[in-house]
Amino acid sequence: MKPYAVPVAFSARRIAAMVLRYWYLLRSSWARLTELIYWPAVQMLMWGFLQTYLSQQTSTFARAGGVLVGAVLLWDILFRGQLGFSVSFLEEMYARNLGNLMISPLRASEFVVSLMIMSILRLAIGMVPVTLLAIAFFGFNLWALGLALAAFFLNLMLTAWAVGILVSGLVLRNGLGAETFAWSIMFLFLPLTCVYYPVTVLPPWLQTFAWVLPPTYVFEGMRALLMAHTFRVELMIQALALNALWFAAAVLAYLALLASARRNGSLMQTGE
Amino acid sequence: MDALSEPAVRADRLAKVYKTSTAVAGISFALTRGTITGLLGGNGAGKTTTIAMLMGLVTPTAGSMRVLGAEMPRERYKVLHRMNFESPYVEMPMRLTIRQNLRVFGMLYGVPRLSERIAEVAAQLELTDLLDRPTGKLSAGQKTRVSLAKALINTPELLLLDEPTASLDPDTADWIRTHLERYREEHGATMLIASHNMAEVERLCDRVIFMKQGRIEDDDTPARLRLRYGRDTLEEVFLDVARGRENRAAAQ
Repeated sequence: MKPYAVPVAFSARRIAAMVLRYWYLLRSSWARLTELIYWPAVQMLMWGFLQTYLSQQTSTFARAGGVLVGAVLLWDILFRGQLGFSVSFLEEMYARNLGNLMISPLRASEFVVSLMIMSILRLAIGMVPVTLLAIAFFGFNLWALGLALAAFFLNLMLTAWAVGILVSGLVLRNGLGAETFAWSIMFLFLPLTCVYYPVTVLPPWLQTFAWVLPPTYVFEGMRALLMAHTFRVELMIQALALNALWFAAAVLAYLALLASARRNGSLMQTGE
Repeated sequence: MDALSEPAVRADRLAKVYKTSTAVAGISFALTRGTITGLLGGNGAGKTTTIAMLMGLVTPTAGSMRVLGAEMPRERYKVLHRMNFESPYVEMPMRLTIRQNLRVFGMLYGVPRLSERIAEVAAQLELTDLLDRPTGKLSAGQKTRVSLAKALINTPELLLLDEPTASLDPDTADWIRTHLERYREEHGATMLIASHNMAEVERLCDRVIFMKQGRIEDDDTPARLRLRYGRDTLEEVFLDVARGRENRAAAQ
């Protein structure tokens, strides 16, 4: 037998292996690739035309050019970012491949990082063409937001990953019965993070909850930028601080759920 | 004890209790390096849970185990790259081709010169012509060979097998057994095989551990077990153990 070196604690090669695994899967299925673009395009077109109509009716919307299209694009970054993470994870459940991964040298941290990379990759495949469509149809250029877009993107992705990590832990522990969280949990954020309206619209007691969610700061920041032409740095810093807490809590929850799955034998039965 | 003289696996009073049932009730055994051991028992005897604990998939309730010198599950990442597992009940991603699957798992296991190793394993398992075919489009026998190729991609020192020839035709099953024998001879690997196929166990295993209701009921070589139970075949011994019949020879 050949002598073995103790493997490194965090391996870029193992992360690359997992990214390659998901890339092979995406590449093999035109349906999976099409779906990445289809829903964001439909959403953007629907809200874009609604905004066009409203801006013809009221001066407020006429002044707030692109605010609905901007909101839907940022919402899709949040929603599709989480889905990109969770769907890649669910693919292992559907393929009944989790057992193979869990007995391999792949570490939990490497698995999570590979899912984060895949969420960006899937998001890019879906969103880049849709942002170009937004320019073509409505003259709204998301890329023109520049540095602000980078701050929005970073904060939204951190939240998306935190939710994705938590959902993956729930599915690990409870099997595919918990799959519904992957598809639905983010919709709770839709009214609470005030994607399409200012936080002040919410009743005061609900505003407290809204300000606990990092995306609320992003959507407020986006409206400030598009309507008042002001980039509110303090909102982005507050969102980043909250995201750090959310992300840490999600990682701890994932590790606890994984340990619980090992105790309960859930990893041996990864079906329903 | 130096690393090589230490058993490949040593379990000491290993137990797993779920909420309402005891899957494994404090078993102790050691697997000498380079041997093939059969883990036998009826459904629910605790074989799969035992193997899952050895791989770190399930955390034991009590007891301890050392695998390839590492304390499991605490030190699992020191040795997971030196062991592997094959079971027809754990599938490989179906849309990926055999080559893609072997590449992914080879990278996960840190296999050097991976392309060469994939070609080598594929040739040994007669998969070369199928390498670029999606795994989901293979026959049951071909899928088993792919699972075995994945299990051998890292040239493991310890190979855990859960019913490796279940649902295969006799010819393919014989072919797999021959390959496992050859792998053990060439690499001195240790194997633990959970199986319900007594002919397979008699042919491959140096030793047999019988489990029943989470406990070890008997533990010996196939020949000595047959002699001790006064039976001609291991299958008859299995039935004696499973049905709680007395050791016939001892009773006489």
